[in-house]
Amino acid sequence: MDLLNLTAIELGKRIKAKEVAVADAVRAVLTQAKAVEPEINSYVTLDEAGALAQAEEIQKKIDSGELTGPLAGVPAAVKDNLCIEGQLTTCSSKILSNYIPTFTAEAVKNLQRAGAVILGKTNMDEFAMGSTTETSYYGPTKNPHNLMHVPGGSSGGSCAGLAAQECFYALGSDTGGSIRQPSSFCGVVGLKPTYGTVSRYGLVAYGSSLDQIGPVAKDVADCAAILEAIASHDEKDSTSVQREDYDFTSALADDVKGMKIGIPRDYMREGLDPEVADAIWDAAKVLEQRGAVIEEFDLSLVKYAIPAYYVIASAEASSNLERFDGVKYGYRTPDYEGLHNMYKKTRSEGFGAEVKRRIMLGSFVLSSGYYDAYYLKALRVKALIKQAFDKAFERYDVILGPAAPTTAPELGKSLSDPMKMYLGDIYTISVNLAGLPGMVVPVGKDSKGLPVGMQMIGNSFQEKTLIRAAYTYECATEKQYEAPADVTAAVERAAGNTAAENPSCRQPLGGTSMPEVEPQDGENRNQKTGREA
Amino acid sequence: MANKISDETMEYVGILAKLELSAQEQEAAKSDMEKMLDYIDTLNELDTSGVEPMSHVFPVHNVFREDVVTNGDNKERTLANAPLRKDDSFEVPKTIG
Amino acid sequence: MAKQYETVIGLEVHVELATKTKIFCGCSTAFGAAPNTHTCPVCTGMPGSLPVLNKQVVEYAMAIGLATNCKITRVCKFDRKNYFYPDNPQNYQISQLYLPIARDGFVEIETGNTKKIVRIHEMHMEEDAGKLVHDDWDDTSLVDYNRSGVPLVEIVSEPDMRSAEEVIAYLEKLRQIIQYLGASDCKLQEGSMRADVNLSVREVGSDTFGTRTEMKNLNSFKAIARAIEGERERQIELLEAKKAVVQETRRWDDNKEHSYAMRSKEDAQDYRYFPEPDLVPVVISDEWIEKIRSRQPELRTEKLERYKKEFDIPQYDAEIITESKSMADLFEATTAICGKPKKVSNWLMVETMRLMKEHGMEPEDLAFSPENLAKLIQLAEAGTINSSVAKEVFEKIFAEDVDPEKYVEEHGLKTVNDEGALKAAVEKVIADNPQAVSDFKGGKEKALGALVGQTMKAMKGKADPGRVNQMLRAMLE
Repeated sequence: MDLLNLTAIELGKRIKAKEVAVADAVRAVLTQAKAVEPEINSYVTLDEAGALAQAEEIQKKIDSGELTGPLAGVPAAVKDNLCIEGQLTTCSSKILSNYIPTFTAEAVKNLQRAGAVILGKTNMDEFAMGSTTETSYYGPTKNPHNLMHVPGGSSGGSCAGLAAQECFYALGSDTGGSIRQPSSFCGVVGLKPTYGTVSRYGLVAYGSSLDQIGPVAKDVADCAAILEAIASHDEKDSTSVQREDYDFTSALADDVKGMKIGIPRDYMREGLDPEVADAIWDAAKVLEQRGAVIEEFDLSLVKYAIPAYYVIASAEASSNLERFDGVKYGYRTPDYEGLHNMYKKTRSEGFGAEVKRRIMLGSFVLSSGYYDAYYLKALRVKALIKQAFDKAFERYDVILGPAAPTTAPELGKSLSDPMKMYLGDIYTISVNLAGLPGMVVPVGKDSKGLPVGMQMIGNSFQEKTLIRAAYTYECATEKQYEAPADVTAAVERAAGNTAAENPSCRQPLGGTSMPEVEPQDGENRNQKTGREA
Repeated sequence: MANKISDETMEYVGILAKLELSAQEQEAAKSDMEKMLDYIDTLNELDTSGVEPMSHVFPVHNVFREDVVTNGDNKERTLANAPLRKDDSFEVPKTIG
Repeated sequence: MAKQYETVIGLEVHVELATKTKIFCGCSTAFGAAPNTHTCPVCTGMPGSLPVLNKQVVEYAMAIGLATNCKITRVCKFDRKNYFYPDNPQNYQISQLYLPIARDGFVEIETGNTKKIVRIHEMHMEEDAGKLVHDDWDDTSLVDYNRSGVPLVEIVSEPDMRSAEEVIAYLEKLRQIIQYLGASDCKLQEGSMRADVNLSVREVGSDTFGTRTEMKNLNSFKAIARAIEGERERQIELLEAKKAVVQETRRWDDNKEHSYAMRSKEDAQDYRYFPEPDLVPVVISDEWIEKIRSRQPELRTEKLERYKKEFDIPQYDAEIITESKSMADLFEATTAICGKPKKVSNWLMVETMRLMKEHGMEPEDLAFSPENLAKLIQLAEAGTINSSVAKEVFEKIFAEDVDPEKYVEEHGLKTVNDEGALKAAVEKVIADNPQAVSDFKGGKEKALGALVGQTMKAMKGKADPGRVNQMLRAMLE
């Protein structure tokens, strides 16, 4: 049987039962990654040697009974904005193209404690700013379901890498939909937890009040197990919340009888692709047949979430990204005259167009004379949006809708019109503003064969309700995880080549060795997608 | 509506953000920003008088550390990624004088 | 008739708090470590690091707020102050603008015999910046982040001061209060207390303020006084020449006794403050305030009254001793050991003050132990050493904190109580000084002093001068 088709939990069981060696699982997934990377480009760093070394260590701990959890020995990928000690962490930006953190993110540490083998770091929109993974300095990631399409973003590398079977699960981060939207586009399960559930310590901040780390998984059971592993109260993150329970896997029950599900009318109207709408309605009906009560309702303020979000996220980002200045780490421009010129050249050369655009906007809305009109106004609207959700959750257990207005767009079609790209975040963004959990599960494909995801939004700290609903849907549809046909073709094409050739693994990582600053093909890739250098 | 951003404003924001945009970039950024601000101005359709600005979603407060030294000499780690290091300090272009 | 001008001064005083660790991380705040040794991802702004607030910082800030009669803000929050500078690793400083921890306080100052209230506008907590060392040879600066993240409170006064004298009195008052609280050592030279001076001038009688400037880099009381005089004159000259004073930040160069505008095109002074999303609000309850209040140590006025009552020392002595917490602590500790408050007070008021003045020291710089001063007092009281030897030994204690018992022993400084030896010496002095002897006998009391001196000299200073006097009289009468 093909190991790659197993879910993380299934693989974990076989490893535990000694039917599969950790090293074999790692080798299988590395072979797959090397075969498809030239096409997909999910990874910024694929740490082959490190992964095999971890496999050996973890195998020992499993054999000695020290590691017994469901994820022990299962290979995973981590978004490149999560710090791992000694491993290149770039945020897919030139300005961090040589940055090697001296500490590991708490969420990653939690995974390591659970026995994960970390394969490497996945591609993303630069500093998580984007919805297509096209703003990466390391070139775009492609959608495994159709290589002409984007995987979504910003956690595009994590979602595409999982869909292309280059790992068994992955971590992403979600500031305005960055886990949920690419999960929808790539046909995987993604969850953004309630704000404060997963420690942000070691996550390179974009919008601090909105950022959450979450799992990207093959199915709902995996998703629950990963969340259980990464969620923790962390004293190093002041916004971390001590929750009453962390046993998310206990919610894996095939039962939604009496569950009240509301579908916002505004989510299903204008702007929504009819094929996506049909898939969502069909999925809702499945839950209804299983005993859930489905109702349409008016969730107010939907259209104000995007402008409020862009004020808050850009303002926080403009401040969070000030630290990238060529003084302490990262890129410094080679030629400069004096301090301020060094700052300006370093930052102007080190950041891509989308990042600069948001820094400019954020600096402007915070500048003298505009703070009240823009920033405070946005914080007030945020309060109103939270109230609107509070009101909705008095009536419903779950709010159901799409994750994006369309399926994955074609490569190169989004960045030219930022406003249009921002509008694509309409269903996901308000969830971050209100700090709520949101989960996406695949519910079908459009006529082009591109996946459609259904988003379910829960009240604060009600991840278990989402997991239960998603699990019930999965059971009802007997959904099996399958590799997208396009990747299979890519693997077949690559089968003729020798496995040693690995052009996509740009960073020949031995952990501590200094990687090259310039990816050989970075600029070419950027030009190919029409991205401004 | 229809926000207009002057070149002076763009330059001023550039000074604040330490970004130097090329003429072409600046034009694009200006027009993007004008469009974004027009869009952001739709927030003014909402009456928010009497609404407290919400910076934290949850009422978490008083998260503290005790005053106990937990870190030792971290010099080498701190300097490990320095673009320019001199002895045990970060080197930058002269700041005054 | 020349116009009369009045100087209007407000102060922003930064005080480094005496916590063991930094405000947002577990790095040590110890002064004088090798560059970048007391650093971590948090205080060097590494990507992904997050701040966690040191509770002791809040408690010190509350204590200072209460002792300066401020209202404590029940829900206070942190904000980010954004500006690029290499000593500021995140390029934003975590500070408080919108909801600072304390507001609306005051302290009473005294200049000459005039008492005056200086109001405190607000007080907030923030993090200190790192240190820049400039290399003139190759046009570079070196950054050391050991001080980055050391906790500060900034105390912002109202523009209530009118002279350098009042400013110094205000600073000394703040220093005294804060030292008494144990919240900071307030050393200007080490930068643990720093003052920025906001100054404007106006014609006497005017009720509107002139345009003010802010002066930075003032490292001593003297520099502050000179900078105030210099800036007052500069502004008056501008006004006399019908030129406008520009609102700006100026850097005082104490060597050149001149200030320079710090303005440049690249310093827009637009800090884009917004609420720090990585920290949660600090909610201060009545109970917490009461707890801090009850823990508040005895402040100066209470201590002064107690000293007069408990130790029966004069008002003047009590005032001088309680002026500084270090001095008061030394007084009490020494008294506790030797049980002679008046003697302790004398040693502190006379010899200690003299030597401090001679060496240009502050009470905080005193390094000798109460044990050794107490022993010295006991030696002198017991007549083991005479008073001039005691002064000599005290100088050694002051400088090197020697053990006076050992020192006296090792150097053979004990008063000689051997009557035979003393008698022989006195007899020899009488025989060798017939003139003085006859002068004394002729009624010149002073001549006895000369004979005592001669005897002491013969005894190498180790005799008890009282006993010598007594013996001389007995023999001559």
